[in-house]
Amino acid sequence: MLYRETGQFKTTYRADQAIFPILQDKIGVLAILAFAVFVVPFAADNYLLETILVPVLVFSLAAIGLNILTGYCGQLSLGTGGFMACGAFFSYKLATAFPDLNLILVFLLAGLGTSVVGVLFGLPSLRIKGFYLAVATLAAQFFLIWVFNKFGWWTNDSPSGVISAPPREVLGFVVTSSEAHPISKYLFLVVLVAVLALVAKNLVRSRIGRSWMAIRDMDIAAEIIGIRPLVAKLSAFAVSSFYIGIAGGLWAFIYTGSVEALAFQIDRSFQVLFMVILGGLGSILGSFLGAIFIVLLPIALNVTMLAIDPTFSVALVSDMEFMLFGALIIFFLIVEPHGLARLWQIGKEKLRLWPFPY
Amino acid sequence: MKPLHILTWLVGALVTIFAIGGLHWGLAQIGWISFFDWSFYFEVSAAGLLQGVMYSLVALGFVLIFKASGIFNFAQGSLVLFAALTMVGLMELFERDFGIRLHWVLAFILTVGVMVLVAIAIERLVLRPLVNQPPIILFMATIGIFYFVDGFGQALWGSDVKVLDIGMPIASAVSPLGVRMNVYDLIAAGVGAALVAGLGVFFQYTRIGRALRAVADDHQAALSVGIPLKTIWTIVWSVAGVVALVAGIMWGGKAGVQFSLALIALKALPVLILGGFTSIPGAIVGGLIIGYGEQVAENFIGLEIGGAIQDWFAYVLALVFLLFRPQGLFGERIIERV
Repeated sequence: MLYRETGQFKTTYRADQAIFPILQDKIGVLAILAFAVFVVPFAADNYLLETILVPVLVFSLAAIGLNILTGYCGQLSLGTGGFMACGAFFSYKLATAFPDLNLILVFLLAGLGTSVVGVLFGLPSLRIKGFYLAVATLAAQFFLIWVFNKFGWWTNDSPSGVISAPPREVLGFVVTSSEAHPISKYLFLVVLVAVLALVAKNLVRSRIGRSWMAIRDMDIAAEIIGIRPLVAKLSAFAVSSFYIGIAGGLWAFIYTGSVEALAFQIDRSFQVLFMVILGGLGSILGSFLGAIFIVLLPIALNVTMLAIDPTFSVALVSDMEFMLFGALIIFFLIVEPHGLARLWQIGKEKLRLWPFPY
Repeated sequence: MKPLHILTWLVGALVTIFAIGGLHWGLAQIGWISFFDWSFYFEVSAAGLLQGVMYSLVALGFVLIFKASGIFNFAQGSLVLFAALTMVGLMELFERDFGIRLHWVLAFILTVGVMVLVAIAIERLVLRPLVNQPPIILFMATIGIFYFVDGFGQALWGSDVKVLDIGMPIASAVSPLGVRMNVYDLIAAGVGAALVAGLGVFFQYTRIGRALRAVADDHQAALSVGIPLKTIWTIVWSVAGVVALVAGIMWGGKAGVQFSLALIALKALPVLILGGFTSIPGAIVGGLIIGYGEQVAENFIGLEIGGAIQDWFAYVLALVFLLFRPQGLFGERIIERV
């Protein structure tokens, strides 16, 4: 009844091509944003903020990055962890070398640095396709982690290899390291991620985004109609790595508060890939849904397992978690291979007709 | 492959090994690498090649499944772990509960049975509902299988390191032609060769093998001449399970059966893209190249730039090869149409 676009006429192409052509969508998104900014920080306790909302936001950003590459441009990548590590270490070097540099600028510069690395490792994509490329991107994953582990320069020669992120301020509030208050961390992340997501949404609707999708759907045909694969593929790698790099920086500076290469092993790559696939390939909304799902799933499994029988041994619980995680992934793929974003879309279609069956 | 073909490859391999040795010798002469010694080089090469056979064993399982169903099966590593865990677990179980020391051949046969059950379960529960989905979805599903099988194996049999003893010498070494080689690795290489030969005969001369090749060539055409696709997939996953078991025994006998076995799949991936996803000889040759390249690079160049380059060297090597042959060394030529 409420969700109906009857009577909302478009008189310009501009209005027709808007991000949210339906008024209810626009109001809904603004309401969610307002809720996230004004209500959540004061209603949620520190546990919810620190262990659920902050990682969800960081992962959403990484998932948007990978979605641009895999979902929009069709280049399967398993190097996400490596690129996140790039972002984290670039941010650390920048933040320690120029202590007065604005934190936002630090992250943006680290993202730019990561996108240069991403383009370098994206070069083989011009020649290699499909799963061959996926395995080739693993070279990035292992090589980058090795570089950060091996050379003390990246950690300013800290003997332990685990270094804590320096405290930095934005608008007078400390947002990084363990000194920061969870609310300021969360608010900073919400604003940053919302802006970057908006940019991403607009990018994929633009000329460059359309060329990515053409390459994804059939690269040879795209080439014939005049899209340059070199530009399209490498720009996808650059933009994707930019987002992933920023996510890596946020992970180290805001979520864990420590910069270490161990946090960005290949598991991380798979985790982000899961978010993208379960959330929905080629959907910005899907990146958020996937991140929420993958972050919450292990926590929910753990809590329910312990609620059923608190005497389970730790090893058994973790093994069972693995099993259930795998089984649920397969289940979701079978039920809805197009991801949670598609479920949401189906729900919206149903809502338009509700309460009438046709 | 024709004998002449094989001979060419053998001679080529020997020449390459000598050439790369010469290159390192040259580098040592101008002082870029600090240490080079021909007999050490040959030892490293032999160890690398034998290690490569072990990689091939894992890669073989990947190739079988990719050939028959076009699925990039990430779960192969966890199948290796699961097979080895099951075999050790069965042996321990019988010894503890019935007081019988199960001969490893019997345990092997029982485990093969278990792997066939696993294959049937995977076909029924995962592959059948996902028929006709894009490859990336099937790939994600195999990662799901990876997690499930990993957790299942360890929940069932425990997650501590187990010793798999099938009466093979682990530490002894022989030195034919003055090159020290580990006996265990030699046996493993022999087993690997026997397995490949067996699979070759199976694919070439049996009825099922012919059906498998038909399915690999073209699903629809195979279906239309009456080959039951679902049965074939079950068989392929079973064979891959048996290959995983052999690989698990070989790796597990050497390093103990533990979680890290599941991660050797990551080492098999560069082997796979180097040799080509669809070629059994490719898996072997790829394994040899990766094993050799990795050891030589680690022992000579790796020392100069800080060591532990084993983690990524295989991937970079494979990447370089791919730039020249995007379908791998032996992969079928990729023909694309619009």
